[in-house]
Amino acid sequence: MKITKKLALTMLSASVLGSAFVSTSAFAKTDLSLWYHGAGNKVEAKVINQIVNDFNNSQDDWNVVLESFPQGSYNDSVVAAALANNLPDILDVDGPVMPNWAWAGYLRPLLIDEAKIADFLPGVKGYWDGKLYSIGLWDSAVAMMTRRSTLNEVGARIPTIDSPWTEEEFNDVLKKLKATGKYDYPLDLGMAESGEWFPYAFSPFLQSFGGDLIDRSTYKTAEGTLNGPEAIAFGEWWQSLFVNGYAPGNSQDPADHETGLLEGKYAMQWYGNWAALKNLNKFGDDALFLPAPDFGHGPKIGAASWQFGVSSASKHPQGASDFIEFALQDKYLAAFSDSIGVIPPTQSAAALTKNYRQGGALAVFYALSKAQALVRPVTPGYIVEAKVFEKALADIADGADVADTLDSAADEINADIEKNRGYSR
Amino acid sequence: MKKNSILTRHNTTGWLFASPGFGLMLLFIVIPFILAIAFSLTNQRLMSPNAAEFVGLENYTNMLDVGILVVDPEIDASGNILVDKNGDNKYPRLRKFTRNNPDYPNVQGMKEWFSFSWGEQKVAIMASDLVFMKALVNTLTFVAFVAPIQGALALILALLINQPLRGIQIFRSIYFMPVVVSIVVVSLLWRFIYDGQNGLLNSVLNTLTFGHFKAVDWLGNQDTALGSIMAMSIWQAVGFHMIIWLSGLQTISPTLYEAAKIEGASPWQTFRYVTWPGLRNTAVLVVIVITMQAFSLFAQIDVMTSGGPLDSTQTIVYQAVERGYGKQDISGGSAMSVVLFLLVLSISLLQRYLTREKN
Repeated sequence: MKITKKLALTMLSASVLGSAFVSTSAFAKTDLSLWYHGAGNKVEAKVINQIVNDFNNSQDDWNVVLESFPQGSYNDSVVAAALANNLPDILDVDGPVMPNWAWAGYLRPLLIDEAKIADFLPGVKGYWDGKLYSIGLWDSAVAMMTRRSTLNEVGARIPTIDSPWTEEEFNDVLKKLKATGKYDYPLDLGMAESGEWFPYAFSPFLQSFGGDLIDRSTYKTAEGTLNGPEAIAFGEWWQSLFVNGYAPGNSQDPADHETGLLEGKYAMQWYGNWAALKNLNKFGDDALFLPAPDFGHGPKIGAASWQFGVSSASKHPQGASDFIEFALQDKYLAAFSDSIGVIPPTQSAAALTKNYRQGGALAVFYALSKAQALVRPVTPGYIVEAKVFEKALADIADGADVADTLDSAADEINADIEKNRGYSR
Repeated sequence: MKKNSILTRHNTTGWLFASPGFGLMLLFIVIPFILAIAFSLTNQRLMSPNAAEFVGLENYTNMLDVGILVVDPEIDASGNILVDKNGDNKYPRLRKFTRNNPDYPNVQGMKEWFSFSWGEQKVAIMASDLVFMKALVNTLTFVAFVAPIQGALALILALLINQPLRGIQIFRSIYFMPVVVSIVVVSLLWRFIYDGQNGLLNSVLNTLTFGHFKAVDWLGNQDTALGSIMAMSIWQAVGFHMIIWLSGLQTISPTLYEAAKIEGASPWQTFRYVTWPGLRNTAVLVVIVITMQAFSLFAQIDVMTSGGPLDSTQTIVYQAVERGYGKQDISGGSAMSVVLFLLVLSISLLQRYLTREKN
């Protein structure tokens, strides 16, 4: 009896305390829930917490409550929450996935003055169906990472953004690097990374050849764009990288992908700005971040990283949009860049950062984003297109027939579009 | 006969006790299963603003359709058959027939599964869902190898550790250890072991053969990938079945063994006429459990190969998840699970029939 009494007392006092706590913190303020994909990353958490605190202290209407998820299960959590009618007010979304969520009715257009984002990099603006659904606080970019000495040794020209390598030049560099016999492989494409890396990093090659995942004029068919002559030329080139032993294939050791360039196992690496600092630290002035080769239709790299949007379930879309607009200040954009190495989306924010300011060590990535970035197809069907493309590239790398594989991929994408009634609303 | 207590005689009490278990099974097995059957007849998506529509058996026909295409070899202007550099007849590309060709309506959009020569002609077996067909064949192959090998190995291990030796518990624990470790962790470790360049397996083989062994990319090679996954799966779960066999062995009365000894039976005769008949029910259980586990092969594929290279390790469950969740095609994934269910059910029934009490 004594124990029960004690327990009841504790519970009572706890609930009194609890309610007191709630009433003080939520005094005259409305809670807005915010979901974020970056759980587990301490520096990232510090920046986002700073923004949330600053916003909550800056006005008297809204109180943003942050909940972080690990990235691996974030999308699943959102889908599950949507099915259970339990979406937060504000959530972040991977750029290419945004149209799918908007189409499914998870997101609503932002209530943000679009003049404020006029000078943002195009890749971070999440437009779909003519409306702004999401906006990114940063972008990412991919570059050909190597060393000046490596290229000098084989007499290769150092390409620039204005004059990138042509297909012949690039193949020639690979051939010469292979001929030195000093490297396991001349080029690390990052085949060990599966998933979104494939369409993000490799579909720009296809687009530079003149093909695409889907016909972007209608977003209704992949026939002819994913399996036309340009795409087949891309596929043949892609296969030649593995047949000639220029790049490690699907069974690449993830550890080699991590450190292969630094250890000299690979001569070049096609990789993102997030890995650039370790190259700089190791190679110093010798490190090079080169633009994508031009395969005939201009050099291209992927764009769009994580972005913020407002859920359609939110009862306070204005407050949610206000928070996102608040986060778009240069100081926060610069803070994200400095803490996790991402590319700031504006010139003025870039000027505040350590690495992306004029003359900064990674400024080249800002220039690459500006000059070469092309967003992945902006359509709800992208989710399926990405999966199909990933499998097609893996199969071609393993030696599958190029035309047949691309035919199958185009058929699968078209069947999916048909099943979804054209992804129209 | 009326010795039953009040609890077993009164139906309500029995149901009450069973209800938590039944409830959970209903919620997580029966209802999802009925939903899967229902979804497989519609075009339900994981997320979509469109309402699902009834489409009949479309998901099943899309998945199971096969066709036959007979192709004539290419001939030159004078009517001679063209041959390639290996001396085989040259045939036109099948995409000429399967894409936008109204003359061949029965193979539209189909892919070549396999083909063989028939006189001068080539006969191609076409499938509308080639990946599923490959997954089906791989899954059946996996079961056909894993079920007997894993069962037999487990029995041998059980016989070995069933001896009253000092410290035998240590061996039992060692053999059982892989079962306790998460299959995802085991798969990751084996991915390193199988690594094509500096994996443990290649290094060991290289040392044992004094450098004559040429490194094999175990998971990156079509011919070795599925076999590698089989070997690793057998190793991982063999301890579990060993324990089941062991429990069966320990129910056999020692007096039977004593009697066999007195009669002068050889070790093989003892096994054949005492041990094996005593393990009858255990054997039925082990075979059915291994078969069902083998059919649900998923985690190893997901971690180690993602179905590659060139679909050589695709399995039905992996494809069902990939489609239903990855590609948001719940109806297609459901149809696949229903096919798998029917397959497992029929094989289990067959096993039950073959191992029935004959008297």
